[in-house]
Amino acid sequence: MTEAPHAGLAVNGTPYESVIGIECHVELRTQTKMFCGCRNVFGAEPNSNVCPTCLGMPGALPVPNRLALELLVKAGLAFGADIPAFSKFDRKNYFYPDMPKDYQISQYDTPLTQGGLVEFWVRDGTRGRCRLTRIHLEEDTGKSSHAGSRDGRIAGSKHSLVDFNRAGVPLMECVSEPDIRTGPQAVAYLETLKRTFVALGVSDVKMEEGSLRCDVNLSLRPLGSSAYGTKTEIKNMNSFRSVERAIESEIARQAALLARGERIVQETRGWDEAAGTTHSMRSKEEAHDYRYFPDPDLSPIAFAGDDIARLRGELGILPNARIERFISDGVPLVQALQLIDTPGLAAYYETAATLSGKPQATLNFVLGDLSRLANETGIPVHASRVTASALAELVALVDAGTINSKTAKDLLGRLWADGGSARTLVESEGLAQVSDPGAIDTVVAEVLAANGKTVADYRAGKTKVLGFLVGSVMKQSRGKANPQLVEERLRAALETTGVS
Amino acid sequence: MTVPETAAEIARAVNERELSAAAIAAEFEARIHLREAAVGAFLTQTGALALAHAERVDARVRAGEELPLAGVPLAIKDNMCLTGTRTTCGSKILENWTAPYTATAVQRLLDAGALPVGKTNLDEFAMGSSCENSALGTTRNPWDRERVPGGSSGGSVAAVAAGEAVLALGSDTGGSIREPAAFCGVVGFKPTYGRVSRYGLIAFASSLDQIGPVARTVQDAARCYDVMAGHDPLDATSLARPVAATHNGLRDDLRGVRIGLVNEFTLSALGADVRATYERAYADLEGLGADLVDVSLPTADYGVATYYLIAPAECSSNLARFDGMRYGLRVPGADVAETYERTRAAGFGDEVKRRILIGTHALSSGYYDAYYVRAQKARTLIAADFATAFQRCDAIAAPAAASEAFRFAAKSDPYSMYLMDYYTIPMSLAGLPALSVPCGFVTPPDGAHPLPLGLQLTTPLFEERTLLGIAHAYERATMHASVRPPIAANETARV
Ligand SMILES: [Zn+2]
Repeated sequence: MTEAPHAGLAVNGTPYESVIGIECHVELRTQTKMFCGCRNVFGAEPNSNVCPTCLGMPGALPVPNRLALELLVKAGLAFGADIPAFSKFDRKNYFYPDMPKDYQISQYDTPLTQGGLVEFWVRDGTRGRCRLTRIHLEEDTGKSSHAGSRDGRIAGSKHSLVDFNRAGVPLMECVSEPDIRTGPQAVAYLETLKRTFVALGVSDVKMEEGSLRCDVNLSLRPLGSSAYGTKTEIKNMNSFRSVERAIESEIARQAALLARGERIVQETRGWDEAAGTTHSMRSKEEAHDYRYFPDPDLSPIAFAGDDIARLRGELGILPNARIERFISDGVPLVQALQLIDTPGLAAYYETAATLSGKPQATLNFVLGDLSRLANETGIPVHASRVTASALAELVALVDAGTINSKTAKDLLGRLWADGGSARTLVESEGLAQVSDPGAIDTVVAEVLAANGKTVADYRAGKTKVLGFLVGSVMKQSRGKANPQLVEERLRAALETTGVS
Repeated sequence: MTVPETAAEIARAVNERELSAAAIAAEFEARIHLREAAVGAFLTQTGALALAHAERVDARVRAGEELPLAGVPLAIKDNMCLTGTRTTCGSKILENWTAPYTATAVQRLLDAGALPVGKTNLDEFAMGSSCENSALGTTRNPWDRERVPGGSSGGSVAAVAAGEAVLALGSDTGGSIREPAAFCGVVGFKPTYGRVSRYGLIAFASSLDQIGPVARTVQDAARCYDVMAGHDPLDATSLARPVAATHNGLRDDLRGVRIGLVNEFTLSALGADVRATYERAYADLEGLGADLVDVSLPTADYGVATYYLIAPAECSSNLARFDGMRYGLRVPGADVAETYERTRAAGFGDEVKRRILIGTHALSSGYYDAYYVRAQKARTLIAADFATAFQRCDAIAAPAAASEAFRFAAKSDPYSMYLMDYYTIPMSLAGLPALSVPCGFVTPPDGAHPLPLGLQLTTPLFEERTLLGIAHAYERATMHASVRPPIAANETARV
């Protein structure tokens, strides 16, 4: 395990490092909400998925969604977290209009999972790791919008509207230790969480729909120091790219302050995407006493050893293990990440590669022509008419020399449009590559006879024209001739035949 | 014919089509109309709804169904939701709130044929022991109109005592069914915590609140309990364990039953007549064949202090939702914070505010361990004391209240009111099933009328069948329950 190279950060000549921890809120992709039977879907008509419980009506009670508890335990197990024998829900008390009960059901001192380790690959090829502190389960709040102000913020607004569809959606909070050092590492960490949670079916992890929200805690300290500097908390990033930009901006801001001999103020800062800077936010949470106490409406949560074993068994092969295998198969890191991060593509590739027995050739088709076709048509490769077995057949035909690569490319386009079997097409349309030297010699002779000037040029030393002659032979053979054999026979003909 | 006095007899008569539920609904609407001015048990009368239910009950009976509560008039404490009906908790903050759904316990009774005659008065959010904390009405003790009915389920017990309902639902957090049942001379039963679903019961203190029946007889309380009890998928604290039917476990004597008398519950602090009444009640238990044994609850003395940390802590959180944003009273302010402040200042009464403040303080950072955590430890010790005591006895007998019903405004300082629940709070903290059954009368020096007292019986967790069985034997032998207050003394209405 190699540590990521440092960014070369320095304050007045002293090497510094940034210390970064990340808190993620991830909405779980369950059918129903955390404590009631309302549907958990994004984008429905406001206040259409609500009931007495998620509206905090008098007398309504919460009943935990067992599936959400299990998904969260799986999320923890995927990173080797401990599942404590005892866990419970607590109430976090504060008043806010989008919180129906004016308390949030959350977990304070007994999270569902504790510890764990996230190993990640940064795009520059380095690897890193970040310890998890905990993952706990809570309920999401409703969503406020403010009307009558210019920018949609509460300041200056005439009235506010609340949509409670999101209230009570299961939300997991995943807290990391401050093990991250750079923006790209932060992104790699988040990408690893995302692809793992997606693979487990825990969440769809869509930052743009708010199903992943993250806050970054960041401080600077002299390299080699073990004490922490004063940290700031950065909020409001809406993409992985903005997380990286916000971190870079905040590192620069803190370094500049330190260089001027100023102190860092512990505060919450908002990321302004357009300005590319962070700004101090009036922290509404300042001096908040949440008066946590165990929720008397909910019993403690216990996961038996059997349950945990079953959930562990349901994890399947995790994305990190697949990446590891791709890399050991010789797939370059960036391409391995491309495979794993395109929904359905890794499994498609693995199936086709296994069937064809030719991983490299399969990978070239998958990330080359097939991915291009997917981009052009908007149809994911794994959902296209080119099945993994059809691709494997095509790869095998090329490998056996039955068809050449140009034919393969053409066939792929036809399979994409119409489906079917490459072998059937090759057989029914006589597309098999011509590798019979006699047959090729006949065409070569025809081409040489028809291109006397070019032949003379070649013989006069302008050997570049060979390409033109090869192309002419290929064209004459309707693309089916084995190109290597064509070139070989052409050279032989040009160099040994004295007549034209 | 006359409407019978008990749920058992009414259900039999309706099931056998000797009486129609519709006629009973009409009779009780008329009776409530006549008596309410004197009693004031109800905040909302639902005669039309009772009649609509009655017609459905009659149709079901005609179709051959047999319903355990066919045609039984039911009063519902106004902290339980009944869809389409005003549900106020006796508070200005919910004065005009209409429940959009029905509480599980209520629904089960309605499905069993009960007729909802109205929603009854209570101390605001069930916080109180006299019903005087209601912001919406005064309920008078049917035995003496100058006296309180007890609380917080004062309206429910008064309704049953005055013959305005045959069954009522109360909720008991620290004694809120048992103490008023004693004051009004009816049976009031708090089941084991978790036996009856709390879904639709507007929470005061979630870990203590429990719905229970108020009835004229133990048998009726058992019948009502049997219909309500059992797991509810909408309440995560409702118990999954099967419920043993209680109405067929009633007994006529107490031979072989060991009844514990708590050393720490000395009767010497009680008035002489009250003390004599309880001593006779204990002697009557012995006379029925019970063995009286001394047991000790060394930590019971901490009950009131423990309760007044845990219950306010939970209430401070439970009542946060009444903020003027989504339902109920809203008093607008310049911004959200001021709207919260004005709404809650105007909407809550003094006792509710006092408990919210106590609870908020007990949960505050820096005080949580000293107050809330220690109170939870004390609660565990109290429950352990009961477990030890129950190794020596099958049930515990004790007073249900420290006195007979007192006059209005007699307990003006909150603490003396809190002490009214001294004998009932420990059972609540331990989650135990407990009930109050009439055990005699006293005529206080300052009163003209004899006033009822209640004997509190308690059994181990889940032993409702034992509890009701013992209470039934006592009730049959002593006949105290058959004495009716003047207002309900001659129910001669003919149907
Ligand atoms: Zn809901």
